[in-house]
Amino acid sequence: MVSSTTGFSSYFHFSQVDWASMWSATGETIWMTVFSLVLVAIIGILLGLLLFETTDSHSLWARLLHWLAAVFVNVFRSIPFIILIVLLLPITKNLVGTIIGPKAALPSLIISAAPFYARMVELAFHEIDHGVIEAAESMGATNTQIIFKVLLPESSPALVSGITVTGISLIGYTAMAGVIGAGGLGNLAYLDGFQASNNTITLVATIVILIIVFIFQTIGDLTVRRIDKRITR
Amino acid sequence: MIDIKGVSKVFKGKKQITAVEDVNLQINDGEIYGIVGYSGAGKSTLVRMFNGLETPTTGTVTINDTVMSDLHGKELREKRQKMGMIFQYFNLLWSRTVLQNVTFPLELTHVPKEERQAKAEKLIETVGLKGRENAYPSELSGGQQQRVAIARALANDPELLLSDEATSGLDPKTTDEVLELLLKINRELNITIVVITHEMHVIRKICDRMAVMDAGRVVEEGSVFDIFRHPQKEITRQFVSEEETPQLTDTNVVINELLKQVPTGKIVKLTFHGDQAKLPIISEMLRQFPEIDLNIVDGSIHQTQEGSIGTLYLQLLGNAQEIIDAQDYLHKMRVETEVIRGE
Ligand SMILES: Nc1ncnc2c1ncn2[C@@H]1O[C@H](COP(=O)(O)OP(=O)(O)OP(=O)(O)O)[C@@H](O)[C@H]1O
Ligand SMILES: [Mg+2]
Repeated sequence: MVSSTTGFSSYFHFSQVDWASMWSATGETIWMTVFSLVLVAIIGILLGLLLFETTDSHSLWARLLHWLAAVFVNVFRSIPFIILIVLLLPITKNLVGTIIGPKAALPSLIISAAPFYARMVELAFHEIDHGVIEAAESMGATNTQIIFKVLLPESSPALVSGITVTGISLIGYTAMAGVIGAGGLGNLAYLDGFQASNNTITLVATIVILIIVFIFQTIGDLTVRRIDKRITR
Repeated sequence: MIDIKGVSKVFKGKKQITAVEDVNLQINDGEIYGIVGYSGAGKSTLVRMFNGLETPTTGTVTINDTVMSDLHGKELREKRQKMGMIFQYFNLLWSRTVLQNVTFPLELTHVPKEERQAKAEKLIETVGLKGRENAYPSELSGGQQQRVAIARALANDPELLLSDEATSGLDPKTTDEVLELLLKINRELNITIVVITHEMHVIRKICDRMAVMDAGRVVEEGSVFDIFRHPQKEITRQFVSEEETPQLTDTNVVINELLKQVPTGKIVKLTFHGDQAKLPIISEMLRQFPEIDLNIVDGSIHQTQEGSIGTLYLQLLGNAQEIIDAQDYLHKMRVETEVIRGE
């Protein structure tokens, strides 16, 4: 069967879609996103905490740390993702042993998204009323107690909505990573869709990505609404 | 006892600011001590040196024989646990319920869970919020939030309660309710309270002794009663005259004196507003409850903007049940009754 590769109708040749590879690509995209998101959350919170705790410190050590963290964050936040992947190829090869497949996308996904999230974490901590932290200090709280009992719970809605935004941009990054061989829906859309001139596959991959984004957003919004006790409903 | 000796605090920055300058104060155990001053006078800075949130540049703050600036790390934290502090904006944790806010300081000191809950529930009852344990701060009014903050400040059985403008964000009626609560805490738990404010009303209502601060210095100090009658400095006179109708009969000093003079019986304070003052409410009460012996201890009538306000201090003796019924009766007649001393 010969089908046209141009025109509006070219989007609707569903018989040409290999659903098995579509679903396995979907699985890869979700896996890359969730796996890197978990690590991004952990690294981002640690880095954000470091930035927050060392702000306006008097000790020279703290200032140096703050400066180093800030430079790291700003540099990696500024490098366009597609360039970062290429830049990190040798490191990726050393770390995961390959430069293709979903695993190979992880280092660059994490390194580009963690600084992005770290800034949001720092901002979320700064938004906590300083009086509340001071009240905890006046009750004799240790720094660790302040982190776990004040900073994290009080900023939790901002932390969760930050993770949602980061997760959604990670989905976009995985698609980009797919183009240079990391697997997932981006890879499928590029190889089986674009290069094979199969527009239907590109369309379906797009819709699946949109659905994943929508689900992420919904889960994020619902969680924020559940934990945010600042507004009475 | 709190002993402040030659305390100064200089903030070094682009511009050097002397927030507190050579302050000397002594605050006795069990008293309510007021510090009044305009914005920027250095009140907060001074009180923050009490619990080591700031360290004095020179001088010493000694609290119950401990010099605060000698304490560091764990020792300082343990000392702070023995001091409660309340603030203008309450500073509650919005992510926690009322109960969880009150258990917070107990979690910090690793009190077992059961004990924490029981203690917090008792304190919530003390501050009059029973039934609201599971509400979040955002569901409470300002006055209620401050009550939660007070309960939280009392959780570790402090020897000292610091109040930094705790009523400044509240309306006059709520302010009075919170002040009554502080007074009750002082009387029942015998906790020393240091109250910072820019409102003379607050001082008059609950403080025994007071200091006036201006530009970092204490310019006048003494008993509230004396300062109200004979203010020495111009700034003190300004503060005293801000109070439109200085009702000295309300001051804590006068009430304490009264309690000493009348050692027995239940003492209640009645407040009559406007038309109530014209009705024969008391004689009607005596007719209904003949087993009560009543003794007028003190009384006065003040003319205010909204009409006359009468205050009457009564000593009630005799049949306990009738005394309770009589209070209900007064309540029904919408006479404000406040038990100054129960029996
Ligand atoms: N951390 C700080 N760094 C620099 N200056 C400060 C600091 N804290 C307070 N000051 C300055 O010290 C002075 C006294 O401030 P303080 O907060 O003690 O006044 P206050 O009497 O409590 O006023 P208010 O009624 O407005 O609360 C002010 O001039 C203030 O700007
Ligand atoms: Mg202040």
